[in-house]
Amino acid sequence: MKHELPPLPWAKNALEPYISQQTIEFHYGKHHQTYVNNLNNLIVGTPFENSSLEDIILKAEGGIFNNGAQVWNHTFYWNCLMPNGRSEPQGELAKAIQREFGSFEAFKEKFSAAAVSLFGSGWAWLVKNPDGHLEIIQESNAGNPLRKGKTPLLTCDVWEHAYYLDKQNRRADYVADFWKMINWEAVEARF
Amino acid sequence: MKKFTKLSFAMLFFLGAFMLNVSAADWSAIVKKLSDAQLTAMSNQKPLPYAYNALEPYIDARTMEIHYSKHHATYTSNMNKAAKGQAFESLSLLRIFVEVDKYPVAVRNNGGGFYNHYLFWEIMKPQGGGLPSEILQKAIQDAFGSFDAFKSEFSKAALDRFGSGWAWLSVDETGHLFVSSTPNQDNPLMPIVEKRGIPIFCLDVWEHAYYLNYQNRRADYVQNFWNLVNWQEVEKRYTEALMALGITK
Ligand SMILES: [Fe+2]
Ligand SMILES: [Fe+2]
Repeated sequence: MKHELPPLPWAKNALEPYISQQTIEFHYGKHHQTYVNNLNNLIVGTPFENSSLEDIILKAEGGIFNNGAQVWNHTFYWNCLMPNGRSEPQGELAKAIQREFGSFEAFKEKFSAAAVSLFGSGWAWLVKNPDGHLEIIQESNAGNPLRKGKTPLLTCDVWEHAYYLDKQNRRADYVADFWKMINWEAVEARF
Repeated sequence: MKKFTKLSFAMLFFLGAFMLNVSAADWSAIVKKLSDAQLTAMSNQKPLPYAYNALEPYIDARTMEIHYSKHHATYTSNMNKAAKGQAFESLSLLRIFVEVDKYPVAVRNNGGGFYNHYLFWEIMKPQGGGLPSEILQKAIQDAFGSFDAFKSEFSKAALDRFGSGWAWLSVDETGHLFVSSTPNQDNPLMPIVEKRGIPIFCLDVWEHAYYLNYQNRRADYVQNFWNLVNWQEVEKRYTEALMALGITK
């Protein structure tokens, strides 16, 4: 099965001024595309040749896992973002965040700290555990919560390529802007 | 006869213990003999050995400035902060690396970031590159077959590192050169690596090292890096590593 690069859910300049068109061009057009290409090359002649990305994330190791998970993670990341996103979640998700973290502000603070403090390359995630509880976790490199039986709800890419052209070493500024472009409707639907 | 057997068993035991001892390298004693042992957990960031724009066009001035004055400076000051008032504050960074598994993770990350970048600046220079001199070339030939074989093994280590990290050329406890790669800010002297050695040459492959100039093209950055190598410095470090290991060649 040949994996394809899915289309972006918005125009390449739609997230400006927080994420520049140039960053999206490289991040989507080069990094994400390269993970797709690498994956398609690596799976030839392996038991993963016809596997879904989810299957690869659950079972593969090494290069196939890394590239497969990065394809999934980036598609998920694009779908977490949108121009002019709402500032807060609503409905059941809003209630669950309040129950778990005390308040939306407390959640934001905790998620931001996870994103800023992750050492090296990786992802910060809001996940739903099998028992229904929400949790914030960090994953290095291509790590994905599905592997641990957790359901991803929201993610922030903190590989340096996600923000270096726009913010250089100031990851905290990128994470602060992240909150201004969240597609809460999508996050609520996943919950 | 009985007495003799007992005695020879005792002798064998001591001989065995002695041999075990010499075969497991005493890295703490070895790193004390390196001149970098003067860098302690509380040391300041050393000045960059050249101007920010000196490595252009291969590494641009803006990248150098942010890399040195932001990333490296932050690792250094965070290490100083983590060490201040602690029992290890006067220890050398290299001595800490040897037992880094006994320290908080902030020491591993920031101490590594402090030393690794310091070494990286040292082994580059403007108008560098070319071939190493005879002693180092011979050692590279012994270990890798040829200089080109070494270059491609090292470049591959730099390209294959997934995520953030470093590629290294190090001297193992028997005096042989080997190539390795570590994630994030780990260093070949740390007990957490697959193969330990004294690092004499390295390449930063965190995206911050090349993103402003090369974006996703890490391969171009790695290829251009060979034009910047300060081989005299690498050879000096190779000779010093052999001396610290007590090896004469
Ligand atoms: Fe990314
Ligand atoms: Fe660096």
